Amino acid sequence: MIPQAFDYYAPTSVTDALRLLRQHGDDAKLLAGGHSLLPIMKLRLSTPQCLIDLGRISDLRFISESDDGSLAIGAMSTYHDIKNSALVQARVPALAEAAGEVGDVQVQNKGTIGGSLAHADPAGDFPALALALNFELVTATTRSGRTIAIDRFFRDLLTTALRPNEILTEVHIPALPAGTGVSYQKLPNKASHYAVVGVAAAITVGDDGVCTEARIGVTGAGPTAVRARNTERILKGKHVDAAVIRRAAKRAGANVEDLNDDLHASAEYREHLTTVFAARAIEEALSRAG
Amino acid sequence: MIAGQVSKLIGSRVKRKEDPRLITGEGKYTDDVILPGMAFFAVLRSPYAHARINSIDTAAAAHPDVLGVMTGAEINDRCAEPFPLFAILEGMQYPERWPMAATKANYVGEPIAAVAASSRAAARDALDLIEVDYDPLPVVTDMETAADADTPVIFEEMGSNLCYEATDQAGDPDRAFAEADGVVSARLEQPRLIPNPMEPRAAVAEYERSTGNATLWVTTQNPHIERMVAAKMLGMPENKLRVIAIDVGGGFGCKINTYSESIIAIALAEHIGRPVKWAEDRTEHFVATSHGRGQAQYVEAAYKKDGTLLGMKLKIYADLGAYAQVISHVIPTLTPSLSPGVYGIRDIGWTTIGVFTNKIPYDAYRGAGRPEAAYIIERVMDLIADATGKDPVAVRRKNFIPDDAFPYETPTGMIYDSADYNAALDKALDIAGYDDLRAEQKAARKDGKLMGIGVTVTTEVCGFGPAAAMGGLGGFESATVRVDPMGKVTVLTGASPHGQGEETSFAQIVADDLGVPFEDVEIIHGDTSIVARGVGTFGSRTLVVGGTAILKANEQIKDKATRIATALLENKIEDTLDPQLVTLEDGLFSIQDMPDQYVTWAEVGSEAYDGQLLPEDEQPGLEAVSFWEPPGLTFPFSAHIAVIEIDQDTGEVSLKRYVSVDDCGTVINPTLVEGQIHGGLAQGIGQALLEQAVWDDEGQLVSGSLMDYAMPFAQEFPMFELDRTVTPSPVNPLGAKGIGEMATISATPTVANAVIDALSHLGVTHVDIPMTAERIWRVLQNHGSRRRGGRS
Ligand SMILES: Cc1cc2nc3c(=O)[nH]c(=O)nc-3n(C[C@H](O)[C@H](O)[C@H](O)COP(=O)(O)OP(=O)(O)OC[C@H]3O[C@@H](n4cnc5c(N)ncnc54)[C@H](O)[C@@H]3O)c2cc1C
Repeated sequence: MIPQAFDYYAPTSVTDALRLLRQHGDDAKLLAGGHSLLPIMKLRLSTPQCLIDLGRISDLRFISESDDGSLAIGAMSTYHDIKNSALVQARVPALAEAAGEVGDVQVQNKGTIGGSLAHADPAGDFPALALALNFELVTATTRSGRTIAIDRFFRDLLTTALRPNEILTEVHIPALPAGTGVSYQKLPNKASHYAVVGVAAAITVGDDGVCTEARIGVTGAGPTAVRARNTERILKGKHVDAAVIRRAAKRAGANVEDLNDDLHASAEYREHLTTVFAARAIEEALSRAG
Repeated sequence: MIAGQVSKLIGSRVKRKEDPRLITGEGKYTDDVILPGMAFFAVLRSPYAHARINSIDTAAAAHPDVLGVMTGAEINDRCAEPFPLFAILEGMQYPERWPMAATKANYVGEPIAAVAASSRAAARDALDLIEVDYDPLPVVTDMETAADADTPVIFEEMGSNLCYEATDQAGDPDRAFAEADGVVSARLEQPRLIPNPMEPRAAVAEYERSTGNATLWVTTQNPHIERMVAAKMLGMPENKLRVIAIDVGGGFGCKINTYSESIIAIALAEHIGRPVKWAEDRTEHFVATSHGRGQAQYVEAAYKKDGTLLGMKLKIYADLGAYAQVISHVIPTLTPSLSPGVYGIRDIGWTTIGVFTNKIPYDAYRGAGRPEAAYIIERVMDLIADATGKDPVAVRRKNFIPDDAFPYETPTGMIYDSADYNAALDKALDIAGYDDLRAEQKAARKDGKLMGIGVTVTTEVCGFGPAAAMGGLGGFESATVRVDPMGKVTVLTGASPHGQGEETSFAQIVADDLGVPFEDVEIIHGDTSIVARGVGTFGSRTLVVGGTAILKANEQIKDKATRIATALLENKIEDTLDPQLVTLEDGLFSIQDMPDQYVTWAEVGSEAYDGQLLPEDEQPGLEAVSFWEPPGLTFPFSAHIAVIEIDQDTGEVSLKRYVSVDDCGTVINPTLVEGQIHGGLAQGIGQALLEQAVWDDEGQLVSGSLMDYAMPFAQEFPMFELDRTVTPSPVNPLGAKGIGEMATISATPTVANAVIDALSHLGVTHVDIPMTAERIWRVLQNHGSRRRGGRS
């Protein structure tokens, strides 16, 4: 478990990091918490010539709130930061809770929100929440930057819309409309605690008890996290009772293109779990929406 | 005799002497050893489970940082003998095994070549430069068909993959089956498990070309056996090889074997003229260090309507992997031997079939052969309870060996030293509130919930020797007790504690026995140049055998010390004394009826070396060596109760309560005993619910890292509810039985019984371990559940 030799840079500003990234091109990899990248480097499945460590760029590690009630989280904020942030706990408690369920304490202390999204592990927890919470991802390149809507971000297995010369700098979480409840529910893989299947639900209910908005993110089931649009459609515009939940949850696996089938769970079981955890997430989101 | 004696330290919660050293980073583990000029080596391992090696090209490894490369042919040539095997069974056939595969690789991970380089990273890089040309061969992974005629043969010269097939019987099983009211049967799986001590394996070797003396620092549970094996293989006299294993971070059996890397280390150090170090990482550990368990068990049990178990017939397949090692082949034979458990059954027939497969060898793993036995008999008890409609507790009581039957010889030839199963069971039932639990379960079922209660009463064999039980490894333990001129005590033990805490428990024994302060006792182990001989730590033998050896040395010390004290006292009172009148109490040697006339250990120790007042026939020095071999084995026992709940949507099992009443005879230190039980339970529960090594058809280990091989996290457990009964063993003066493996052995069937109990009203009588969420979910799919208006 010794990686191939590599050069190591630890810039202290995004500008310097971008310059290094341009200079080294494909030979370089950005290093965040290292909890996805370093294991594959140690197995020599990834052999970058140089690592650009974002860990010393203090500008990338913050959690703040704007006037419109949206949250901004720096890409280098760790699960530990998020779990313990009073702001996150107050505005999106489900995100703080989920951060506390990632891996173990060591993973939470090192792993970052930026790394999690950029790596796009098919079993990662945050990708499901990112979809449900409608994250906007802010990036920088040497020339400019852009904002990427989460719905266009996850492309394929371990593949995102990020370009090689781009750094994910922060994540925006739009303010949740009044009457919104959020929940994330997963079956942890007993070895790694990654999600065998995880479902995040953000559900908005009007005064009349009718669901006005529903965003459901499903992770672990397929090559990427996806929105369960069929489920969302069934919920929207309805008075969500047990029967509607059952019907909606049944469709939670429908948008997963190719169900994972591996040592940890068969495709059939995973499909079943999408239903179970969608129902649980919807139920809890509703109970919090009130 | 210590048993029954009123004492100060024995039985008390003395804090572990070794902990300050270990938790402040002052432990001396193998990987901590740094020697001047030390190089590092890495091992190239076979990526194939079975492949002919056509050629190895090491030319590319002539990298500037590389100091030497040795291929299988070179290393094996350096050896005088292949790996020795002990306790060869009648009629068994086995392949020769050398440190490396030279012409054919037989499992993924088998060493092919080794590279020494100036740094760990350079050694690793150089591995990629060695080119090996392989021809993959057909792979054997299934133990049940491994010995079939149409299965490819791994070792052509053997003609089949059968190591041995041993059939035997006790009593008259056919008669028992003829007389039975019914028969229950099952096929039980014991998945292979991957032992994961905190410290992976490592080896450091130094070789002096001028003298031919070598020193090997290595992660072993038994440095003296390691020395014997390595010296034999390298053709060295034993007195030219020093093996050091001071701190070892756990072993659970996987550090009994002498591995190829020890031999490679010494050979490479000799070859390059510099000391070398190898340390496996966790990923390498999964394919380089032996696994445990791995059986397929067929059992039929004949019973009477009243719940009496009349007879059993067993067929046990054991997957030995590609080679037998040390006594690994014998371990499966312990399974039928222990299969009667705590019950009076007399008629048993069995066949044990050990086979070779293209997997890493199997070896002892916490319990070694006994967990597999406990699992069979404790599943059988529940199957009978189910078939006769009786409570599992009642069926067990019905079949217990009576309390007054000890020592008791089982039909399989084991002599149980002492036990009181009813007492342990009563206590466990009481703590658990068994009747209330059953009522709660009834109510839960009405609410459509799945709650299960598992009960087991088990025993196991430990405290090994005597020699006859050890197949040539020796059944003794040695102790040297030395009192220095300041009256402080140094103990050298041949046992090799590696996490269990015997530095503490041994010091407690010595402090009480000699009456010296605990702090005045130093325990030294794990260096063959300091401790002349020993057998080591495995099979829960260390306290039982090693502790007794210390007591025996103490007897000699006390005798001589009393004679020296008598001389000193005579000098004090200026009169002659009958030595009978001098007694040692609370660390003082005093004259009977003259309590203010005494001498201390310091005075005796000083005189022992000063020697001016010694009696004429007394020589200086105060040191005693003892070897002690137990006359028989010990049999701790336990009654365990688990309460579980099943999430019907996902199939997840959650453990709600765990009651563990264990009897290990005399308890020297309750904290240490409870530590062994906690760890043991975690391992046994892990086996029941999570752990399983998985191979694909190509013989690749799919569950090849801790990201894929699930071991339990502490937070998944409730606080264990521990208690004990104390039934001293008559086979050693401590009355101790050993507690290293008991809890592991009991926990797996206890949890398995609980899970099956939760499903029993749905008609489920069997589920394989590990009882993973998906497996339980499938069972629920097939059997339906009341909540979903399923079957019934
Ligand atoms: C034992 C263990 C258990 C785990 N359990 C879980 C779990 O239960 N749930 C879960 O979700 N995850 C789990 N993880 C993964 C963990 O969350 C990772 O830390 C995370 O997925 C990646 O974040 P990181 O900061 O470590 O990124 P790194 O490993 O440093 O980087 C990952 C990838 O993202 C790229 N990258 C990182 N930051 C940026 C950026 N700002 N801009 C552009 N690209 C970037 C890197 O170049 C790299 O390709 C576990 C990991 C381990 C080792």
